[in-house]
Amino acid sequence: MSQPVTDARLLFLNPKDNVCTAIAAIPDGTMLQISGNTVVTRENIPLGFKIASCNIGTAESVIKYGVSIGSATRDIAIGELVHLHNMRSDYLPTYTLERDESHAPRR
Amino acid sequence: MPRDGELRGYLRQDGRKGIRNYLVVCYLVECAHHVARAMVACFPERGVHLIGFGGCYPNAYAARMLTSLCTHPNVGAVLLVSLGCESFDRAALEKAIRQSGRPVETLVIQHVGGTRKTIEQGRAWIESTLSAMEPSPTAAMATNELVIGTVCGGSDSTSGITANPAIGRAFDLLTAQNATAIFEETGELIGCEHIMAQRAVTAALAEDLIAVVAKAAKYYATLEHGSFAVGNAEGGLTTQEEKSMGAYSKSGSAKICGILKPGDIPPTGGLYLLDIVPDGPVRFGFPNINDNAEIAELIACGSHLILFSTGRGSVVGSAIAPVIKICANPQTFRRMAEDMDINAGRILEGKATLDELGREIYDSLMATAQGKQSASEALGHQEFVLTYKYFEPAGPSCLPLA
Repeated sequence: MSQPVTDARLLFLNPKDNVCTAIAAIPDGTMLQISGNTVVTRENIPLGFKIASCNIGTAESVIKYGVSIGSATRDIAIGELVHLHNMRSDYLPTYTLERDESHAPRR
Repeated sequence: MPRDGELRGYLRQDGRKGIRNYLVVCYLVECAHHVARAMVACFPERGVHLIGFGGCYPNAYAARMLTSLCTHPNVGAVLLVSLGCESFDRAALEKAIRQSGRPVETLVIQHVGGTRKTIEQGRAWIESTLSAMEPSPTAAMATNELVIGTVCGGSDSTSGITANPAIGRAFDLLTAQNATAIFEETGELIGCEHIMAQRAVTAALAEDLIAVVAKAAKYYATLEHGSFAVGNAEGGLTTQEEKSMGAYSKSGSAKICGILKPGDIPPTGGLYLLDIVPDGPVRFGFPNINDNAEIAELIACGSHLILFSTGRGSVVGSAIAPVIKICANPQTFRRMAEDMDINAGRILEGKATLDELGREIYDSLMATAQGKQSASEALGHQEFVLTYKYFEPAGPSCLPLA
């Protein structure tokens, strides 16, 4: 990879990303290289979850696949797990659903 | 790696070229299915494929699909099998095939005199037609004449980080050479339509891209079929746009040249989105009942070959076009290796990069285009399904380069 040294357990999908994806389960307290920086994890990072690859400020975009997948809801430090507790969707539906009783969920 | 110019195709009258030269047997109602299947069963591994439509009531979409498929560049000859009293306009279909320059015959079971006689006549026609097809001439085929479709099925949490972005890399290699690449499943693009719209070649097309995803969202909501589920967050996905980006990453990074409806032939090289969600109010049920319904639509748009991303382990192939399996999950690959062409799960084991896998997928599709059997072809997979749907023609702004 063209990035500075990054642990083999982390996958960057796009050079613009500020998160990378764990491709193995990474335990709490693991020392990791991320883009040349050394960090120590503060929680378990399961396979498929995201880790911040730099500091991300509140309301900044979280970038994966080279595009925004939502915004930070608080400051996120490099090496931290990025998930529902510190980011949210920016997606605002551009369509509206008619509230029609005939289409109401049957439960 | 095969170079441009080393590929040869079967030249068809409309100028398109096929990477296979199949004889297709097509039943026009379920009542003719057994008879058609019995004919095909006599010619194993001789490139005789079975397709058809089960419905007795007429449907413009199904007629268009069968016309597109029977005149697909990978098809060299067609035998139509009709019961006789179904609504399908067999004369119009036969005429379209004849005008395309292909040998065609229609057997009507009620006219021929029943099951056994029709099977015998069909077998004789297939045997003589296969002999006549043997020396079919081929011509040099440039990479930019290839049309490649992609679909995902049996996805898991690995699909969006290995196989799908690797297919995107292969799509970038194809579109850089002005080959045509088609991605689909607008219902899986909900949340990234604004990102996708930025890649449209015109402003009007950008609006259309947003509109087709909104149409899909509304259609699936009426069917009570949501996309982002609790299980997605448990697998590490946080937002709808992140999940959609996983599916969307199959499209690579090229500009989007237009939106196709099933049966539309892309007018240029480059990247196209296939809109598989029907128009108008919800009718006839789910847009596509399984992966093969989508594969058939990609083929009806002229796809020579399909790149299929799977995490959990789909085994399907297709009639008419080879299907290449890109397995996202290394454990699935080890369990089902014979069914898979590419192990994209190697990314998770640090044994390959996305760029390397994109090149491997590209090399694999070029080898398959040159005649090498894909895993599903070698195992005899020739799935096909076609159901009732309703579409309106795409507006002019959907195909700005036409």
